[in-house]
Amino acid sequence: MTLLSVQNLHAYYRTEAYGISRTVRAVDGVSFDLFPNEIYGVAGESSCGKTTLIKVISGSIKHPLKAFEGSVNYNFGDYKVDMLQISQSELRRNVRWKRISYVMQGSMSVLNPVRKVIKTFEDIVDTHEHITDKNEFLQRTRTHVNRLGLPTDVLNAYPHQLSGGMRQRVAIALATVFQPALIIADEPTTALDVVVQRGVLHMIKDIQATSNNTVLLVTHDMAVHANVADRVMIMYAGRIAEEAPTESIFNAPLHPYTQHLINSLPVIGEKSTKASLKGSPPNLADPPSGCRFHPRCPYVMDECRTVAPDLISVKERHRVACHLVKEGSQ
Amino acid sequence: MRKFILRYLIPRIIQYLTLIFVGITVTYIIPRLAPTDPVEAQVSMMIARGNTLDPQSVESMRAALTDLYGLSGNPVEQYFAFWGRLFRGDLGPSLNNFPTPVSKMIGQALPYTLRLLIPAVVISFIFGNLFGALSSYYPANRALNVLEVVGQVVRSIPYYIVAIVLLVVFSYFIPIFPFSGAYPIGTRPDWSSIDFILTYLEHAALPAATLILVGFGGWFVGMKSLTSNIISEDYVVYAETAGLSKNRILVQYIMRTAILPQFTALAMVLGTVFSGALIMEVVFGYPGIGSLAIRAIYNNDYSMIMGITIYSIIGVATAVFIMDLLYPLFDPRVRYQ
Amino acid sequence: MLKVLRDLLRYDGRFRLAIILLGGVAAMVLLSYDSPYDPGKSFVVPWDLPPSREHLFGTTSRGQDLFWWLTFAVRNSLYLGIVTAIISRVISVLVGLTAGYRGGWIDRVLMAISDTFVVLPLLPILILLSFLLRDSMNLLNLAIILGLFGWSFDARLIRSQVLSLRERSFTRTAIYSGTSGFWITINEHLPFVLPIVFATTLNNILWSIGMEVTLSVLGLSDLTTPTLGTALFWANQHGALVAGVWWWITAPAVVTAILFLGLYLLFTSINEFIDPRTRLRLIGG
Repeated sequence: MTLLSVQNLHAYYRTEAYGISRTVRAVDGVSFDLFPNEIYGVAGESSCGKTTLIKVISGSIKHPLKAFEGSVNYNFGDYKVDMLQISQSELRRNVRWKRISYVMQGSMSVLNPVRKVIKTFEDIVDTHEHITDKNEFLQRTRTHVNRLGLPTDVLNAYPHQLSGGMRQRVAIALATVFQPALIIADEPTTALDVVVQRGVLHMIKDIQATSNNTVLLVTHDMAVHANVADRVMIMYAGRIAEEAPTESIFNAPLHPYTQHLINSLPVIGEKSTKASLKGSPPNLADPPSGCRFHPRCPYVMDECRTVAPDLISVKERHRVACHLVKEGSQ
Repeated sequence: MRKFILRYLIPRIIQYLTLIFVGITVTYIIPRLAPTDPVEAQVSMMIARGNTLDPQSVESMRAALTDLYGLSGNPVEQYFAFWGRLFRGDLGPSLNNFPTPVSKMIGQALPYTLRLLIPAVVISFIFGNLFGALSSYYPANRALNVLEVVGQVVRSIPYYIVAIVLLVVFSYFIPIFPFSGAYPIGTRPDWSSIDFILTYLEHAALPAATLILVGFGGWFVGMKSLTSNIISEDYVVYAETAGLSKNRILVQYIMRTAILPQFTALAMVLGTVFSGALIMEVVFGYPGIGSLAIRAIYNNDYSMIMGITIYSIIGVATAVFIMDLLYPLFDPRVRYQ
Repeated sequence: MLKVLRDLLRYDGRFRLAIILLGGVAAMVLLSYDSPYDPGKSFVVPWDLPPSREHLFGTTSRGQDLFWWLTFAVRNSLYLGIVTAIISRVISVLVGLTAGYRGGWIDRVLMAISDTFVVLPLLPILILLSFLLRDSMNLLNLAIILGLFGWSFDARLIRSQVLSLRERSFTRTAIYSGTSGFWITINEHLPFVLPIVFATTLNNILWSIGMEVTLSVLGLSDLTTPTLGTALFWANQHGALVAGVWWWITAPAVVTAILFLGLYLLFTSINEFIDPRTRLRLIGG
């Protein structure tokens, strides 16, 4: 059974001002499945379309972003829904937070700066389950927060009184009040120092292990994926470059871009400097022809400049889009 | 708490004292820049106008003026004497209504100004901010867009012109409101009579409308631009993603933070609003501080003008200071540093 | 520059309206140089005539043609506004740049002073000042006085712009490479500060013309010079509304409103164009 099936998704930003119109092809032909009870990692440099992908699958499409093609279908067992067709009210009533919750990028600033933390819990719980018994709500929230290892005091604090790591944990606690089937975590550890990062990752892992839900973990940090994810998808310039179980992708990366990402991870004892890719990620308003990675690829061939490679299955659960790799090889 | 006192309270107190110090010092210096001897000019003007004053009164007036301008002794002594009088609350007699003290006349006129000014400021602040936020949150709403155009237009035009336009339209062409005054000439204020209160309100309608309209435009435009920035803040996007209702987001997440800089702005524009109220009174012949000022100008009542200036500075500075003191009640970020 | 103007004309309705309104005002200013009447003389035309083809805005109780008289009024008011704006720009740019670059106690003192001027009720102070200088008051003196009082808010704005520029990397690079502070200011920062200075200039012109109207209505300016304010003063003096000469009040009020609306729209339109946040929102990334 799949929890989420994304097929051939194209989502662009289209803007027009002072007579200049431009289209940014942030997600350009992406297909993948999510299964219950897994941690699925999405990796890639900044502005490769990760955040746009999240916006579309969480139903937060707002002008100038628009999905032009493809489908995003959820199957929650008792409830099936097409995210591109769903109405805003239905989304709010049945999906948001109860089934899909969200730990946002820059979670440090997701808390209302002028209200106590408990008020944000109250708003969210009241929106989805209408609080009738205030004491019961307080008791439940305290228990929930304590179970995640947070002190009760944080509830009565204002956001600016909490440390960055604490605010990030609060954001995760907020995302898990209803035991959702899918938790989307966008760069949850970025901007935290290393020790705090570790704690936050543990917290995510523990939550997933105890409630058996699915976590979609988006981060550019490959080390995080290596530690936490079950499967990893590598995005490059709005497309999937490679997708495989964590072990395969770290042991035998097939796409040159994946290889570069993994080789640039530090290895203890190694003294040499890492080779960096030439150039920078392409401008998605005007992407390169053929394989979008070709201007930076060390193994570039003529074919790569004109023909975009298909995403092919090389073996069980391992897909890659590169002209170097042929179907069924290896 | 110590941090709060050091970082918030003490700078505000210093600012308050600086404001009064600079304002009063400016009013002290200005007369000394005047090219003529103000005392003799005043006295001869009073005599020339044929006021029947006995020599003793003229002498006491000259003494009062010399004292008022602070012209006895050297400049340093004069300066300290000037402050000394201020602390005693003694601003000298009105030259036109000699010897009624200036303070007393200002005290009589002030309630008229405040009874208009305070409700007008409160009403325009509340509605300007409310509709400004709504218009930014519902950009497609026609009625709100019309309101915005009205706000933009009115906000750009000086108080005086708005007042004139209202006067011409609503008491000349369409005479539904009285021409001038706070109540009909010949009536005695009687606050227990419903009829009197009604005519009082009728007379206050256009003056109040002027202040409210201009204020509304300013708050509307300010709130709209603040709100359009806050809408893209992380915590608002988060609240939307969490499925909170639009109303809850608008009130608790957007307006609650956007209103805070507006409070600060309110403190900043109090001086301007007060000035606007003065000029509005002149147009409508409303018997407050503004009318007192224009009569003083026509009658060359120097001490009255000086008194109004000083009271205005102290009054506005104090109002701003009080608002600064109240601000932490609304903003926890300042309260718990 | 031309391209910017063309873009604004094509895509910003407010800018178009501003150009139309200000075009009308500019036409009046130009016409004043070809006026058939001397604004200093009275009883050159029949008095109290309502607006007609011959006398576009009617005539006053002083026997002046109101339209032609107002052409001089608009010209003088604009002159006052521009002189005031120049004087207060010099002060606000100096104070803003000094406070922003020097920082420390200089910054604190300058900002305390400018905050004071922002909060002070200026009208009573200006009344006191013009009252005492009434005999030597003319347009230029009034402009100087307004210039000396009208710089504070913009100084703060320029300072905050400088503060944000100082944090940018090119400033750091310039400092580390040994360029002197003065040249950093002139070469690197002026291009960023100038648009703000321009926008505040428009705002300041509005403010000073409004102040002139206010002071003139109170009888505190040079009442022999035709300005938008003195037009209203004389109308009030002759009890224009009571006497039924409504056009005497209405015409200057409408012309003032047009001038203000035009300048204000120009100000917001340009301000929005130079504000990177709104541009980002409109154009995207």
